[in-house]
Amino acid sequence: MTGIVWKTESQRDYFGKAVLELGRENPDVVVVGADTTESLKTSLFGKEFPDRLFNIGIAEQNMIGIAAGLASSGKIAIAATYAVFGTAQVYNVIRQSVAYPKLNVKIFCSHAGTSVGPDGATHQMNEDIALMRGLPNMAVMVPCDAPETARTVHAAAYWNGPTYCRFARSNVPTVTSADDSFTIGKASTIRDGSDVALIGCGIMVAMCVEAAKSLDAEGIDARVVNMSTVKPLDFDAIRKAAKDTGAIVTAEEHSVLHGMGSAVAVEVARTRPVPMEFVGMPDHFGESGDAESLLQKYGLTAAKIAEAAMKVVKLRGG
Amino acid sequence: MQDYDPKLIASLEEKARLLRRLVLKMTHAAKSGHPGGSLSCTDIMTALYFHVLNVDPKRPDWPQRDRFVLSKGHAAPILYAALAEKGFLPVEELTTLRKFGSRLQGHPERGTVPGIEACAGAEGQGLSFGIGMALAARLDKSPTRVYVLLGDGENDVGQTWEAAMAAPHFKLDNLTAIIDRNGLQQEGPTEKIMSLEPLAEKWMAFRWHAIGIDGHDMRQILSALDEAKATKGRPTAIIARTVKGKGVSFMENVVKFHGSAPTDDELKRALAELGEPA
Repeated sequence: MTGIVWKTESQRDYFGKAVLELGRENPDVVVVGADTTESLKTSLFGKEFPDRLFNIGIAEQNMIGIAAGLASSGKIAIAATYAVFGTAQVYNVIRQSVAYPKLNVKIFCSHAGTSVGPDGATHQMNEDIALMRGLPNMAVMVPCDAPETARTVHAAAYWNGPTYCRFARSNVPTVTSADDSFTIGKASTIRDGSDVALIGCGIMVAMCVEAAKSLDAEGIDARVVNMSTVKPLDFDAIRKAAKDTGAIVTAEEHSVLHGMGSAVAVEVARTRPVPMEFVGMPDHFGESGDAESLLQKYGLTAAKIAEAAMKVVKLRGG
Repeated sequence: MQDYDPKLIASLEEKARLLRRLVLKMTHAAKSGHPGGSLSCTDIMTALYFHVLNVDPKRPDWPQRDRFVLSKGHAAPILYAALAEKGFLPVEELTTLRKFGSRLQGHPERGTVPGIEACAGAEGQGLSFGIGMALAARLDKSPTRVYVLLGDGENDVGQTWEAAMAAPHFKLDNLTAIIDRNGLQQEGPTEKIMSLEPLAEKWMAFRWHAIGIDGHDMRQILSALDEAKATKGRPTAIIARTVKGKGVSFMENVVKFHGSAPTDDELKRALAELGEPA
């Protein structure tokens, strides 16, 4: 709707290459997979370091437990599979064997969100951010594009404690530039603006940029914030957005009940209440279909973000 | 079976009686906890901590140490008792079990008392953890051996069988699983709740070297652990037939003592049976 032509790239490709580079840099890095090493591209690492890649088969509980044991012996254990299997399937194993003892297990999951598409609701994971951010000691990342996904790998590896990172199955628009950096716990401002703040994560950041462009035509100057870490949350960026703009829209490819938007809302309510709107997956299971049709149906679009922005700007008044 | 020095056997048996008394005192002081499943594996724990495990309380993080994972986390009292007698924590601290501010959590927490390698409580997670440790030891070319103690009820848990399938796949001969086959779980006999037999055959079918022993016969325990160490190319599972509440006549095979502490009177009688010095 705004005529932005994005370059799209694969988060899985960038992830796989980043894990390989990390493996070359640090001999303590090991990788576990659950019959998903080709899909997650950790096979690249496995080809060069066959002794340090463990394919556990379709046994995610065992995969996470083994990763925890490896980490307890000084390894940096990267566990990579699909979001529904890497979180919901194994929640109590992550809770007891990883998060409670604060071990260096780094969980990376593709196939997050409704844009998974044809596989349907069983594979469209819209509750993983909620599950993971609810765990003490766990850091949660939702990179907005492929290059940022690569940056999360390095950041997670050297973060003291467990991490979770989720990304999409399909190619996604590249929003960040080659010289951008990523730090766990720091949001980045993609575009400054003073009338409303559009706070997005994952694939919704590109849509926030599109929405901001369309809001220009309405005379609304929108800020776009890439909230690529959901935990620990960048409270400063949130408070600043509330103070500078007085109106906030969050956008995430995740259930609106308990994801990034909810986390942001708690901080806004606590420190500087301003009108807020939440774009995300309704409290509903997805279904089969092409990603674009599904995102349209469930309101995960730039148009919905722009509409929400106009609503909060009106509510704020002034 | 190897001929073990009778003095060694006698000293381990004496140590086991001491550890049993500590378990009873701890759970009595806590007014809760799991004495039954601690007493059933006391002889195994004694053999491990006082003859087999290469661990050093002065260097609890020594990378080449052996690893012990208590998968049946509810047996925390016996782990704390063994660690205390081994010198990892003061024996006087044992009676703080389960109390506010104590390091001795109701179920073991890694990072509290040195020597605790894993968090346990939710059943069935320990064997996977042990596989990770065994794989790490192999990568590091470390002589580390990994021992995981499971309750027989943990054979109900799917994750245990995921791990049982993986360890032989990775040919982990530095890993030993010991199953405390006391035959009772929270709500009754294992064979009534969810039958496990033929249990040894299940582990053998998963390509483990399986050994069945009397888990209260110190010679058989030591012999099985030696056999595990000598077995190459695959992991060993020791299925130790035990008695829940072992060592205290009125606690043996009594389901109630899975999760209830002894009363004042019960403690007194139990300690007398276990030869508490006057």
